Amino acid sequence: MDERAQMAIETVDLTKRYGELTAVNKLNLSIAEGEIFGLLGPNGAGKTTAILMLLGLTEPTSGKARVRGHDSTREPLAVKRIVGYLPDNVGFYEDLTAVENMLYTADLNAIPKKEALKRIHDLLGRVGLADVADKEVGKYSRGMRQRLGIADVLVKQPKIVILDEPTLGIDPDGVKQMLEIIVQLSHDDKITVLLSSHLLHQVQQICNRVGIFVEGRMVAEGSIEMLGLQILGGDPIVVEAEVSGADDALIGALKKVPGVSEVDSLDGTLILHCFKDVRGEIAKCIVGTGKSLSSLRLRGHVLEEIYLRYFQEA
Amino acid sequence: MPGLLAVFRKEMADNFASKRFLIMFALILLAGMSATYTAAQAIRTAVPTSSSGSTPFVFLLLFTVSAGMLPSFTSFVSFLGPLVGLSMGFDAINGEYARGTLSRILSHPIFRDSVINGKFLARVGTIAIMLVSISLVLAGLGLRLIGVPPSAEEILRLLFYLIIAVVYVAFWMSLAILFSILFRQAATSALAGIAVWIFCTFFMSMIAGTTAQALVPVDQQNPQTVIAQVDASMAISRLSPVTLYQEATGIILDPSARTLSPLVMQSEQIGMVPGSLKLGQSLLLVWPQMVGLVTMTMICFAISYARFMRQEIRA
Repeated sequence: MDERAQMAIETVDLTKRYGELTAVNKLNLSIAEGEIFGLLGPNGAGKTTAILMLLGLTEPTSGKARVRGHDSTREPLAVKRIVGYLPDNVGFYEDLTAVENMLYTADLNAIPKKEALKRIHDLLGRVGLADVADKEVGKYSRGMRQRLGIADVLVKQPKIVILDEPTLGIDPDGVKQMLEIIVQLSHDDKITVLLSSHLLHQVQQICNRVGIFVEGRMVAEGSIEMLGLQILGGDPIVVEAEVSGADDALIGALKKVPGVSEVDSLDGTLILHCFKDVRGEIAKCIVGTGKSLSSLRLRGHVLEEIYLRYFQEA
Repeated sequence: MPGLLAVFRKEMADNFASKRFLIMFALILLAGMSATYTAAQAIRTAVPTSSSGSTPFVFLLLFTVSAGMLPSFTSFVSFLGPLVGLSMGFDAINGEYARGTLSRILSHPIFRDSVINGKFLARVGTIAIMLVSISLVLAGLGLRLIGVPPSAEEILRLLFYLIIAVVYVAFWMSLAILFSILFRQAATSALAGIAVWIFCTFFMSMIAGTTAQALVPVDQQNPQTVIAQVDASMAISRLSPVTLYQEATGIILDPSARTLSPLVMQSEQIGMVPGSLKLGQSLLLVWPQMVGLVTMTMICFAISYARFMRQEIRA
């Protein structure tokens, strides 16, 4: 095996243009075996296009995508044999039962029926759909469909699964179940997972690494801790202050508070980057200028901060 | 072709289980049975005085004779066949987009053309099974009613008729598949298909007549111009698959028919031996019609194929 084959997914300058619009711009991505990688970005950032190119379902304008050493454009069948793909808004044949839908999937993968039935019942049990296995999919809820989607993807026993917005539109309980299943896939089955999402806090919980994808470009990539350090420039603490009538004078005063390195204003909310927790001093400073402080809090989600940054820049 | 068989099996099962198919099947079966029944009644009263030679092809008359108010079985197929084809194809591809199943199906190790080939072949298979089984039922019914068994030639002729009918319905099905690729809404593609059907069934002959009148005016002094106008009118109406089907069927199932044109100059009739044509001769006469139908079907499929292969997967 050459070095390339070591990587589960690798892209080199992968680009897709639709006329004037560049959906994906020189994407360089490498995902190691066994990783859970989160592709983060707002709607329309080009995540789905990138995924379709990985699967060979859309031809790249330029650049290469390789999945376990197979070129996605030239050997799409080899790629699709080892990759399971759960599209966003996954669809099933509504008048067929879950088992019938999955039998079709098995047939498409040339899995003998007997073996397929065994796998299907195992998988449906695993995603908690065993008791509705013979119900028509038309009667399923959105969360059940997503779980059926996961089971369906696993019928072919893939080495890599790509999940496009797997938690979109399902209730918090469903999200929790879904994330548990994904973590299981990675731990128990040693499957490499690439998932795309615009819901940060969900991805944050389970991903080893994330890439932030905005307007077709990968603007940052790495583990969440690393990204925090890298992007927030060593300012680990972000304080959010809601002040009515914040003006430049106040911002100037706040910048002088020891420990505060940067102050941003966003829709009447001040965002302060600090070396340490200096909320007491900040509050004192704001009240001292005669403004009224309605809330002051530490921001929990580092990722969200990172994400917001890029959205503002983009 | 990885996946072709899987798609074929799935689509075949879907077709037979669908309510649409059952409705269409029942409709054609009932229409056919009543047509055959009235045809048999008419044959029983008319045959003793028949003058069409020693071997009248009585059995074929069951399918072609219209008695009283009811059209014959073949005209029912000419009229309802397009509906069957359209109902089977109008949401073949855009339905997959709408359900969000296409990207899931294509993420499995199959070629993209397996999907459209499998769908097309499964539908042709369904049409063939439907028409053959209905014809067998009608043949059995007819056999009981008139008590005259079909001759070998009649069976062969019926076989050729079935091939023509299957191709005819398959044309409408592939047209519907084409519309299901061109239009994203199933309702739009169904309406487009129905529009073409109505145009070809009802308006084509009128348009052919008026266009021919404009192109080839009749000179009262010259009877040749009358024939030229009729020929022009027929040539135009042959753009419609309905005309092709009717002409081909008329000749194949009626051995005594020896020309497609309603007008024959008296000079041409001199020396004609009375009697019926051999099957080979009848086939020769409508060979262009049959090739035309197959070509129209293949053109629709080829355009569908090309468009489908280039289409983006994301809706």
